[in-house]
Amino acid sequence: METPIATDTLPVEATAEEHPDFRTFGLFTFLLSESLMFGALFAVYLSYRGGAAEWPPAETEVELLLPALNTVLLVSSSFVINLGNKAVKNNDIPGLRKWFGITALMGTIFLGGQVYEYMNLGYGLSTNVFSNCFYMMTGFHGLHVLLGVCLILGVVWRSQRDGHYSSHKHTGVEMAEIYWHFVDIIWIILFALIYILTLF
Amino acid sequence: MTVLPVNQPGHSEHPEAWKWYDYFTFNVDHKVIGIQYLVMAFVFYLVGGAMAVAIRTELRTADPDFVDPAVYNALLTNHGTIMIFLWVIPAAIGGFGNYFLPLMVGARDMAFPKLNALAFWLNPMAIVLLLISFVWGGAQAGWTSYPPLSEITAPMAQSFWILALIAVGSSSIMGALNFMVTLYKLKVPSMKWSQVPLFCWAIISASIIALVATPPLTIGLLMLFFDINFGTSFFKPEAGGNVILYQHLFWFYSHPAVYLMVLPVFGIISEVIPIHARKPIFGYKAIAYSSLAICLVGLFVWVHHMFTSGTPAWMRMFFTISTLIVAVPTGVKIFSWVATLWNGKIRYTSAMLFAIGLVSMFVFGGITGVTLAAVPFDLHVHDSYYIVGHFHYVLFGGSVFGIYSGIYHWFPKMTGKMLDERLGKIHFVMTFFGTHLTFLPMHNLGLSGMPRRIAMYDPQFTNLNQLCTMGAYLLAISIIPFYYNVINSWIRGEKAGDNPWRALSLEWTTASPPIIENWESLPVVTYGPYEYGHNILDQIEAEAAAQEAEAKMAE
Repeated sequence: METPIATDTLPVEATAEEHPDFRTFGLFTFLLSESLMFGALFAVYLSYRGGAAEWPPAETEVELLLPALNTVLLVSSSFVINLGNKAVKNNDIPGLRKWFGITALMGTIFLGGQVYEYMNLGYGLSTNVFSNCFYMMTGFHGLHVLLGVCLILGVVWRSQRDGHYSSHKHTGVEMAEIYWHFVDIIWIILFALIYILTLF
Repeated sequence: MTVLPVNQPGHSEHPEAWKWYDYFTFNVDHKVIGIQYLVMAFVFYLVGGAMAVAIRTELRTADPDFVDPAVYNALLTNHGTIMIFLWVIPAAIGGFGNYFLPLMVGARDMAFPKLNALAFWLNPMAIVLLLISFVWGGAQAGWTSYPPLSEITAPMAQSFWILALIAVGSSSIMGALNFMVTLYKLKVPSMKWSQVPLFCWAIISASIIALVATPPLTIGLLMLFFDINFGTSFFKPEAGGNVILYQHLFWFYSHPAVYLMVLPVFGIISEVIPIHARKPIFGYKAIAYSSLAICLVGLFVWVHHMFTSGTPAWMRMFFTISTLIVAVPTGVKIFSWVATLWNGKIRYTSAMLFAIGLVSMFVFGGITGVTLAAVPFDLHVHDSYYIVGHFHYVLFGGSVFGIYSGIYHWFPKMTGKMLDERLGKIHFVMTFFGTHLTFLPMHNLGLSGMPRRIAMYDPQFTNLNQLCTMGAYLLAISIIPFYYNVINSWIRGEKAGDNPWRALSLEWTTASPPIIENWESLPVVTYGPYEYGHNILDQIEAEAAAQEAEAKMAE
């Protein structure tokens, strides 16, 4: 007799283990909500800019050179981290550690540059609406860079363990890379919006 | 039926709760988390309800004579906050969603069990933050917390309120992410997309809303927090800020949050109605798509809360039309349910009564909602009791009725015990009349000009207000049979069996309550969840009869 709902035959692992991409899918869903958070910040910034007579106000001019160097650094780190991902696909764990280490270092230098920029700007968070937005947006992005550096260092730390990553098992490496690219893309938009567009 | 614990590689960290105190630990099993959410929500329902009773007691007379006006404002603010963020959303999405979405699609757990537990434990954290805010008198600027009011009154309490809301928001994003990954990636392969239960579609639509709309709210709240504590001037007009901007950020979340609260409940009654009417659901696809349509259109209507905030005419036009359009998919659902009931073999169980009650209440609340979409009418009744009446019809008559319906429907699955039907019916009758008595006069009050959020009003409104207060007391008493019923039945109720309603969706194929990891071996789906009357039911019944006969023979 045909049973309506048979409860047999499927292997029990027909869950998470059979779908290695479910973590990446989760990450993309997370990044969707993250990008909306930045999207809201961008919208806020644009609405203030649209309503202001002078933007940025005279007492809060932005410095361009250091952020430009920082941008170059962050964009090139996206290529470096990709080398790490390629290394793990070739089972080259020392290579993974090297490239990821360099990426983390570049991220840290970026953060240092941001702190240096903050200290030399001559105006603070509460000076005017422009400085409110400026510090809030760059600071919020800086927090994400910090989180990215921690993620990457986490991957480096885990790769020490025997067999934690291999050419067949590298979802964690890939996820760190995707997250780092995301942080990078957000920075490019932010740089264009806050720094480049103030020139015009 | 013998229940064997299943030990699988990689799943050793799934302790099922056996003792009551296991529910107070960081447990990663989705069923435990579901019950944690539900119990927490029902505790906070009492707290929010007590606040509502205090508010109504204050309003029984025209003078402020029961509580201090500052306390009244704090009660009003926290009643709204608790009912929305710690009762309806955690119960409907967190509770039922966590418990039943994996069970309905044949998954062993949620995709990210630890993230799931973390998402739950952010809620108690938010509760602690809200409690701390009462050291400074509690947030008093209403649940919308518009600046500049929220930046002036009780700023310290307001800061803690903001932190609590950010915690709840993060929890909701984590939960939403988990639901989406679970449904898309862990659905049992034999289940076609056209066989996914409608409750899951509703949860997914709500998850999309949570993922898209919560981040802007978080940014808005963060900016408010910075304004209060770090001297920024995002929302300070005297320093170049813009108060309307906050309203945009706030309503971009808080309007869709309405759908966050009703979509899961629509899902629940899309399960309850066909099962208790013994009929295939009418328009499966229409209901599934309408959930997604509500989710999509719902994201583009938020400005209708701001018609009186100096919104330009073209914007009013756009948002009037989009608001009216939301009524279309909602109407599709209502008609589908009514068509399902048509000629059905209806069993008037408590779950069914609450589902039918929901339909009638929601139609009423929906119609007053449509009237509010029209700008001239909205200008007239803005911030009056008409609004209060409208959204309580939708949220109490909609969401709360739906949660009750879900409890009556799924309690046997969650606990293995049946609820007492007689008490359930008493509960329904009291709730139904209580709701009308409380919220119907509010429409009249609003049309004749009584503003909302006030402790003192013109004496001409006294009579209708006293009716509302009597209704609120009736509602307060109505939960006594319910809570007694749940606790009593949980301890010494009649045994339920695996499938007391003879339902066809997957969650009823496992034991009641489900075993660890839900099934000993995963089910294979051979037909849809609502195919009643397609001979399958006869088969199941014949089988059950044969089993009973066998058991008798064995005796």
